[in-house]
Amino acid sequence: MRLPPRTIALCAALACLAAVPPLAALLDQPFYLDLFRRIMIFAIAAISLNLILGYGGMVSFGHAAYLGIGGYAVGILAFHGVHSGWLQWGLAIGGSALVAAAIGAVSIRTSGIYFIMITLAFTQMLYYLGISLEAYGGDDGMRLAARSDFSGLIDLADPWSFYYFVLAIMTAFIYITHRIVNSRFGMVIRAARSNEPRTRAIGFSPYPYRLAAFTIAGAMCGVAGALLVNHTVYLTPEFMHWTRSGEILFMVILGGMATSAGPVLGAVALLILEDLLTGWTQHWQLYLGLLLVLSVVFFRRGLAGLLPGSRDDG
Amino acid sequence: MRIAFRALFFALAAASLAAGPAVAQQKLKIGFITTLSGPQGVIGEHMKNSVELALDHLNRKVGGLETEVIYGDDQFKPDVGKQVADEMLKRHQVDFVAGIIWSNVMMAVSPTVTGAGKIMVGTNAGPSPLAGAQCNPLHINVSWQNDQTPEAMGKYMQDSGVNDVYIMAPNYQAGKDMLTGFKRYYKGRIVDEVYTKLGQADYQAEISQLRARNPKAVFVFYPGGMGIQFLRQYDQAGLRGQIPLYSVYTVDEITLPAVKAAAAGQWETRYWSPDLNTPANHRYVADYRRKYDKWPVFYGAQSYDGIMLIDSAVRATKGNLKDTKALVLAMRKADFQSLRGKFAFNTNNHPIQNFYLLRAVEDKASGEVVMKIQKTVFEAHKDAYYSECKMPW
Amino acid sequence: MTALVLEQALNGLQFGVMLFLLAAGLTLVFGIMNLVNLAHGSLYMVGAYLWVAGMQWTGSYLLGVLIALAGTLVVGMVVEVVALRTLYERDHLDQVLATFGLILFFNELIAILWGRSALYAALPGWLRGHIDLFGGAVYPVYRAAVIAVGLAVAGALWYVVARTRLGMLIRAGASNRTMVAALGVNIRLLYTIVFGFGAALAGLAGLMAGPIYAVQPGMGELILIQVFVVIVIGGIGSIRGAFLGALIVGMVDTMGRAFLKPMLGTVVSPTVADAAGPAIASMLIYLLMAVVLAVRPEGLLPARGS
Repeated sequence: MRLPPRTIALCAALACLAAVPPLAALLDQPFYLDLFRRIMIFAIAAISLNLILGYGGMVSFGHAAYLGIGGYAVGILAFHGVHSGWLQWGLAIGGSALVAAAIGAVSIRTSGIYFIMITLAFTQMLYYLGISLEAYGGDDGMRLAARSDFSGLIDLADPWSFYYFVLAIMTAFIYITHRIVNSRFGMVIRAARSNEPRTRAIGFSPYPYRLAAFTIAGAMCGVAGALLVNHTVYLTPEFMHWTRSGEILFMVILGGMATSAGPVLGAVALLILEDLLTGWTQHWQLYLGLLLVLSVVFFRRGLAGLLPGSRDDG
Repeated sequence: MRIAFRALFFALAAASLAAGPAVAQQKLKIGFITTLSGPQGVIGEHMKNSVELALDHLNRKVGGLETEVIYGDDQFKPDVGKQVADEMLKRHQVDFVAGIIWSNVMMAVSPTVTGAGKIMVGTNAGPSPLAGAQCNPLHINVSWQNDQTPEAMGKYMQDSGVNDVYIMAPNYQAGKDMLTGFKRYYKGRIVDEVYTKLGQADYQAEISQLRARNPKAVFVFYPGGMGIQFLRQYDQAGLRGQIPLYSVYTVDEITLPAVKAAAAGQWETRYWSPDLNTPANHRYVADYRRKYDKWPVFYGAQSYDGIMLIDSAVRATKGNLKDTKALVLAMRKADFQSLRGKFAFNTNNHPIQNFYLLRAVEDKASGEVVMKIQKTVFEAHKDAYYSECKMPW
Repeated sequence: MTALVLEQALNGLQFGVMLFLLAAGLTLVFGIMNLVNLAHGSLYMVGAYLWVAGMQWTGSYLLGVLIALAGTLVVGMVVEVVALRTLYERDHLDQVLATFGLILFFNELIAILWGRSALYAALPGWLRGHIDLFGGAVYPVYRAAVIAVGLAVAGALWYVVARTRLGMLIRAGASNRTMVAALGVNIRLLYTIVFGFGAALAGLAGLMAGPIYAVQPGMGELILIQVFVVIVIGGIGSIRGAFLGALIVGMVDTMGRAFLKPMLGTVVSPTVADAAGPAIASMLIYLLMAVVLAVRPEGLLPARGS
């Protein structure tokens, strides 16, 4: 069976990412392991946003909130001496899901620009809440006491293990998203995005489906948050700032919405571009800004749109 | 088209991979991390300029070795700062990491650097955990500990008999630290303690409240743009002549050109000023003005000192960059000509230095408003956290 | 006490008027051209910078104002023709991404031209000082001038939109763009003019903010979110909504900052009020927006027929 070009491209990208640690060791450049690990963590956040944005049409400007919640769940427990990864990550996922459900319950009643603004408002409120939590460092943030301990299964302190762990999670999430959007549940969401009145006419009320998708996306992003704090070994409320949400949003849009490869491509492109440009000139924002404008004007369907296969089937 | 694009893309990535580190020679590499982009980039610019001036004064040889300084931009974000530090340590294999403006970035970067066995020379941020319980032999702070500056102001106002004071700061960690430090030495009546939103532009509402309470003095901490806005609005509200305004990190050589007369008469405390009377400082200020056509600011002065400190340490170990222990011991001796004159390190690797009262006055000769030292508030002042530091000295 | 409340009310009014000037342009562009323009804050910044430059060049405050207004109008129209025309048919998201790119571009361009440090901007003598109001309240002349100008502009806008042919075209365009084009109106020209108009309003807000706020790269982003909150509360595409929304946001924010902590202090302990007061005050306008959206999702005074 001939696989569609997009799937081939995605597998090629994943293979390249898997090759980074040995390549980096070969070239004696361990820094690239860290760089790509950070990129993959943001790719996971972008994948989760793509679920509700690309397929569901819900433009959430508050997605970074879950990075923060996931991060703080791990950080706060570690601060109090609880280092078990199972407990920490369980709280990260559960907490993010809960908050996403709460925020979603209110926000999904609106749509369009109003939805954008209200999700932005909620994330700003969480950000100000984070700043005022003096016990946990306030806006200075706090160090992670120790990395999550998964009772010997995976050692997050070992760069290679951590890297492949992130890669595995990212691949799993790509697969999970693919299954979700191609399931009956996913079809309702995509139908509601494309033509809401007609979806209602056939008897589906989009609200509970959207809320469920929003909650799932929040939980997935919470995992990204837990990974991020283990990666930087430091967390600040700034993880929840609306500009961070904007960055994740741009990764999804730039990469190409409603595609499996899109979020990954977007994350890789944006973060590598930033890394290259900042090394060149202090006026890198000038060039990044121009590139963003040009890419929107010319790459209508994002980077993934450059690949053949026009159906958004993931 | 698409194949070409993907090929180009991965070629770019591979190219950056291949642009690896230079072949190892006996060369000294210093990684300097600061904020170079965004509105705060002006501070980073001053720090970078001062580092360059220090290198010029040393003929581009720190400690007698050919030196390369690699600059990194933390974009005011802790995780970017950490990534930049990682890049400097692993890709460029620097011998020292220096710089860092912000406390939260420092808290993320310092453990990364010290964890890799390299020395971190902090040239601005001085968060209290690193001066206290989380101190580390490889972390050396050549600037100050965050609380010291407001402590000096608190002491001055206490000693000069100011009975009550209205204090304000932005609502974030540094703001709270500043007011805490102030209250450690000021024992008079605090009329009110007001925290405003971080980044707030319009203080008219707070100024109206302030005027209604009619305090004898006002003490604020408003760095950067917030300071410019507050000062202008305070001046426009007519309070400049009525209620004396004291501050820390609000009026400095970066913000003065933007406020000029609106800052006249303002009191600040600091450990350095362009008119500080040491030969090293006179040379620094004169050369900085000649090269960059503006007044240097304390961020820069500290960065200059940081390079000179590294220079003295490398000289003391005769260029042996591998012996970290010896380098640390050499640094602790502070055997260099600081711009601040008398300078020593405390048992927590943080400075013991003088603090002065400064006032913004109009310079008769040039007509500009500049900061001038009025008196010494603290001699050889130590920070409040060193007893919590348990490392062997 | 009444003097204080009066002063704070004036402060709220002045802040609201500034927000209105920015919101009016933004809501017009969104309502008529269906364009989400994040770079609106950049036009505000351009206005402030052109005013400072104009003042330094000519030595006169009023000439500086004219240069800033004309300059921002021109810059706005150029940006519209060069960069934004391709975006009208595109998704809101693409517009968000592209205009965000414009923000980065403009911030850095200004930093290259004028440096990153904040600029010095002085007021002319006749705008300094303060006036005495009844009850012992004292109010800065400049802020009173800002209120006066803002209200005058609001009035002029109302007149243009409600009573002139151009205004009729604008209202028609907001209701039904296709029909207006079908009726033979040069839609492209109309769009460019409307955008330039909105840019000039943003520039006016910028030059008025110049003396009191810091003129530095990135100054637009600080106020941008609040402007979005205003147009959401007021109703997108509606200038009356922008006016009402701006006044409400201005008042709530100012009063909240001024009186929330003392008011909280009467019910809870001072230490709790000290911590909670500022935190809640900064969240207040977001809470307000959430409430408005829950009760009246299309905004308080939505544009008719949208």
